[in-house]
Amino acid sequence: MSHQSSASRSARRFGVLLAATALVLTACSTPSAPADEDDDPAAAVGDSTGVTDTTVTIGTHTPLTGPAAAGYSSISAAATAYFAYLNAQGGVHGREIEYIVKDDGYNPANTQTVVRELVQQDGVFAIVNGLGTAPHQAVLDFLNQNKVPDLFVASGSTAWNQPDTYPYTFGFNADYVVEAAALAQYANDELPGKSVCMLGQDDDFGDDFLAGLELALGADGVTAVERYSVSNQDVTAQIGALQAAGCEVVTLATINGFTALAIGTAAQLGWFPQWMASSSGADYPTLAGYLGEAAPQLLQGFVGTNYSPMADDDWVSLFREINDEYNDGAAFDGNTIYGMSVAYTFGQALEAAGENPTRESLLEAVTSGALTGNGIVPVAFGADSHAAYLTVGITRVDAGVQDYVGSTYQVKDGAVTAVEPQPVALTAEGVPGA
Amino acid sequence: MDRLLFLFATGLARGAVFALFALSLVLIWRAARIINFAQGAMALVATYLAFAVTGLTGSYAAGLAAGILGGAAIGWAIERGVMRHAPHSTPLAGVIVAIGLVMVLQSLLGIVFGPQYRPMAAPFDETPIFLGGVPVLSPYDLFILVVALGVMGLLAVLFTRTSLGLQLRASAFAPEVSRMLGVRVDRMVTIGWMLSAAVAALAALLLIPTELGLNPHSTDMLFVYAFTVAVVGGLDSPVGALVGGLTVGVVISLVTGYLGSTVAPIGVLVLLVVVLLVRPGGVFSMREARTA
Amino acid sequence: MTRLFPRLAGTPRVLVVAGILTLLAIGGTFLLDPYRNFQLATAAAYFCAIGGLTLLVGLSGQLSLGHAALMAAGGYGYALTSIALTGAGLAGAGRFVIALVAGVVAASVLGLLLGLAGARLRGPYLAGLTLAFVIALPAVTSVFSGVFRGDQGLQTAYEPVPELLNRLIALEQWQAWVAIGVTSVVTTALALVRRGAGGLRMRAVRDDETAARLNGVAVRRVKVTAFTVSAAAAGAGGAVLCFVTQSVSPGGYTLAFSLLLLVGAVVGGLGSLGGAAIGAAVIVLLPWVLSLLAGSLDLPAELAQRLSGNLSVLVFGLLLIVVMLVRPGGLAGAFGGRRRGPWVRRSSTSPEPAEAPAPASPSPSPQKQFLAQER
Repeated sequence: MSHQSSASRSARRFGVLLAATALVLTACSTPSAPADEDDDPAAAVGDSTGVTDTTVTIGTHTPLTGPAAAGYSSISAAATAYFAYLNAQGGVHGREIEYIVKDDGYNPANTQTVVRELVQQDGVFAIVNGLGTAPHQAVLDFLNQNKVPDLFVASGSTAWNQPDTYPYTFGFNADYVVEAAALAQYANDELPGKSVCMLGQDDDFGDDFLAGLELALGADGVTAVERYSVSNQDVTAQIGALQAAGCEVVTLATINGFTALAIGTAAQLGWFPQWMASSSGADYPTLAGYLGEAAPQLLQGFVGTNYSPMADDDWVSLFREINDEYNDGAAFDGNTIYGMSVAYTFGQALEAAGENPTRESLLEAVTSGALTGNGIVPVAFGADSHAAYLTVGITRVDAGVQDYVGSTYQVKDGAVTAVEPQPVALTAEGVPGA
Repeated sequence: MDRLLFLFATGLARGAVFALFALSLVLIWRAARIINFAQGAMALVATYLAFAVTGLTGSYAAGLAAGILGGAAIGWAIERGVMRHAPHSTPLAGVIVAIGLVMVLQSLLGIVFGPQYRPMAAPFDETPIFLGGVPVLSPYDLFILVVALGVMGLLAVLFTRTSLGLQLRASAFAPEVSRMLGVRVDRMVTIGWMLSAAVAALAALLLIPTELGLNPHSTDMLFVYAFTVAVVGGLDSPVGALVGGLTVGVVISLVTGYLGSTVAPIGVLVLLVVVLLVRPGGVFSMREARTA
Repeated sequence: MTRLFPRLAGTPRVLVVAGILTLLAIGGTFLLDPYRNFQLATAAAYFCAIGGLTLLVGLSGQLSLGHAALMAAGGYGYALTSIALTGAGLAGAGRFVIALVAGVVAASVLGLLLGLAGARLRGPYLAGLTLAFVIALPAVTSVFSGVFRGDQGLQTAYEPVPELLNRLIALEQWQAWVAIGVTSVVTTALALVRRGAGGLRMRAVRDDETAARLNGVAVRRVKVTAFTVSAAAAGAGGAVLCFVTQSVSPGGYTLAFSLLLLVGAVVGGLGSLGGAAIGAAVIVLLPWVLSLLAGSLDLPAELAQRLSGNLSVLVFGLLLIVVMLVRPGGLAGAFGGRRRGPWVRRSSTSPEPAEAPAPASPSPSPQKQFLAQER
């Protein structure tokens, strides 16, 4: 008898629980009140969710925990620090910017959940600097279907630059094709005749990077290609293979940790090729942290790409001050500069969106081409370009200092050309619109 | 040929660590007849302790000692505090509790230390020695091999030649009878846990300096590889752990070198399935079938 | 509940009860806002998988740490089929149902293989095998990245609300309805298995394989069937998840997620479907509650960062340990069912499991009629 009723008993428990849960959830849930166009006739026409008289709320998803967190968790902290600085200077059109940072552990399934929370529960105005190729791909459809501005995605994938399919999404990082093409062209120009090889991550990062190399060098211009997987930290086999292939220049589509692993492993084998890395894996302070005391020797002559301010640029000095004052003096590295640069660019966009910003006016501001950002060239946003940087500068480490060498390359219409850098100068102490 | 030799040599070095960790699994199996899924997490806590001590004192040896002692202490604490109270009628309850422990320990480490990779320095040079132009083993790799073999020898002596070892084996094999003969079975189980955890901590301490850095997920793959080694070698055979460890290390190195690094976990899975299907007792096991 | 429909018994009873609960759940969706409906849909998907897992562990005594990979198989099966059908021009309910079936079949096949490989194994060895399996999954998606697209996974077409209901309900509510519908079918099937001969045989095998064999139970077949059924349920859950989120990627089906499913099963009570529902609700709601709590305390930024994510894992781990030590029967036991889990023994705390474990609990059970031997 107990056998028979246990099924119904458990079923009944389920029912009771479900009813209880539903009641509890209804009581607890505080659905965001979407800004109603009919509410205030004097307000701007358009969707101003997340905007009040005194605040603008924006959100992001980023890995704060999990294996990927080590390389990226400091970016959102830096951006938050910049916004704190901006708010202290009066904000944008008198509104303070509130930046909600949610952890997705670099897991696309979690990204789905936290982005839905941000949009439907927290009612954010826009998603800014969502991090990670795979995580962000999972929410592209959702954000565009719900007409939420999806600005300055932190990833070098080319997927963010599709104005027709994803009109609400804009990238920020120079994409991997551009970076690889620039590095390959630099190798061609400065080290002609040397064999070029690649060590790359075994996903789109590596694929796009290889495509960029071939763009500059031709389909058989790359002597050897090795791939690594983030889950396996032993790259001895790959380095051995590259050495055996006689590579003289090794381009790296690697994150910082694996750049360090590659260089360190090769050094142990007594092999010192010319290393060139994408900006995702070329940050000197981070690499030095991994490589320890031998870093200045191992990284002498290390070449990378970048598009953000560097070394003793005015922007960097400003960011150092902001870091000290608003970020509890956290470690200052490439991620810090990057995070604050993105935040500044958003500040510019918000300022250009007008006194009463709406989601539509924000997009208008970005695609109008009026934004400059603060990088090595003004950002390249326009009506048919949702990419920020199609131009990157080459950087080099000399005696422990990493800086631009002056060579700058642009990729346009499938070809890479050398151009002159036009760094955006610091104005108004980094406060947009002031 | 050069490449093969090189991959083989690096595989041996990695395999020595797997062998040591697998040995700790063998130890706990022989002492308490369970497979401790929390072994990796416990070893990790000991490693963080060692890292902290080295950071404070600047001495690798002090850190090493602290790590090993810490491992033993953790083994004691977990056995006394948690595992002793788990239902014993089937091994599944213990496994589930161990999994809960993994979650607790890893998240605590993440909360206290954060997710950053903390590079750990090795006590010996990691540059390989060249034999006829081919890089072979590095001094540090040799150190690992020596330590692994030494520990195995010590444990072999302990288990076969000492009275303590006899008591340990008896308590695992026939607890009721041993109790009747005056063996303090509960204490033997605890000692088994302490020994096992200390060896696991040593293995982790040897491995992590060769990786990117110490972080809350450092020992995840190590546990899976060591478990595979234990299965391949036979859970009740220390010699099996050694040979199995070196074998698995070489296999992974060859797979990574020739097929790419992504394939490594698949290679491990295939190896596991093949051994479990063909020779479920493990290659070196005394028993015919997997009885538990 | 016996006071309602007292004359109903057996299978019709299960079906009627299931029907009522389903209607209640669907009614409940009207009370929730879109985000909560999304959570409800994911909880339903988890319920499918946890239901399968709890049956597998609680009823047949086989511990699987790899159920996330089986859910992933369901998700990928659904996604690949859905993409192929979209390419062929099919859409709507037809596409959904065919893709769902494909997902369930894919997971079942994988479960069958795993079950076959593991049928000779006991306890920890099977667990270890499933552990290696779930860790190898991301590698499979990377090696065959032409088909599976590696880390970024597959995106499926978005299924809009059908014409008829377009004006009445929002997208998330519609998705919750579909999820509830699929879950209802799957868990009713599981309930029927559980209370039928199949469930009986599983319990016999769990308690004493030798005795079961002596009584004519085909032990190996029962174990493999249990695995396959459980995998099918997990596959359905994975397919539903893919439907709700329109994407599937290996990152969503990690070892950590597998362990979370186990937490749901254990906390709810192994072997109990009601418990599985509780467990599903717990693993969806608890992280949200914890982050609310953590957010309300004014913590320094770095500590707050470290807590988010880690805190819920910590609590789940503690729950797992505490439940196993104190109340192995789980939360379902709290409502008056079996207090002690499926494997409590009256005798001493001997660690020797080489002998066959004694039967489940001292309370009278139908096994006694089934098994000839008295214990």
